[in-house]
Amino acid sequence: MNELVGIVCFGIGIAFNFFGCLGLLRFPDIYNRLQAGTKCVTFGTIFILIGALVYTGFDALGIKAVLCLVFILITSPTAAHAISRGAHQSKVKLWKKSVIDIYEEEGEGKK
Amino acid sequence: MTTVFQVYIGVLFLCCFMCLYRIGRGPTAPDRTVAIDILGIVVVGFCALMAVVTGKDFYMNIAITWALLSFIGTIALAKYLEGRGFDE
Repeated sequence: MNELVGIVCFGIGIAFNFFGCLGLLRFPDIYNRLQAGTKCVTFGTIFILIGALVYTGFDALGIKAVLCLVFILITSPTAAHAISRGAHQSKVKLWKKSVIDIYEEEGEGKK
Repeated sequence: MTTVFQVYIGVLFLCCFMCLYRIGRGPTAPDRTVAIDILGIVVVGFCALMAVVTGKDFYMNIAITWALLSFIGTIALAKYLEGRGFDE
């Protein structure tokens, strides 16, 4: 039973990873790629680590999986935010069909 | 059971090759930085899957170390894109 639930968790996580990487490949702009890639891939990897925990139970491998899960959950949004801020401050253009850029109008980019 | 894991490993390899294509072809520097970040996270998941498939725990040690080093590298590249020093 544990093995079946673990395999289902692996399947969900790998599907999210695949679609996140497909968005990274297909979207037109750095900001679109960022929002497709980081959210989907973070969720998928967290599901893979939950699947590893469920599949093996609370032994050394499962505890390490929980440690890695907490670390990724904290650091991945931080890295994505730093990349988007750096990209905007190094004057990378938005996609030509983008409609609004609040950060340029009234944010830190004004100074 | 084994066939399911073989399919999973194949799909993760495909994800890694998509990220490598974006690292090679990305038109600007932030595209490449995003692709490096995402490649690091995908490899962490791949290491967790390999730990379960082979039953050896040292793959999880590799995953934890890879997550740490990938985060530090991504933050350094983002600071470089922003045009600042590392201590600001």
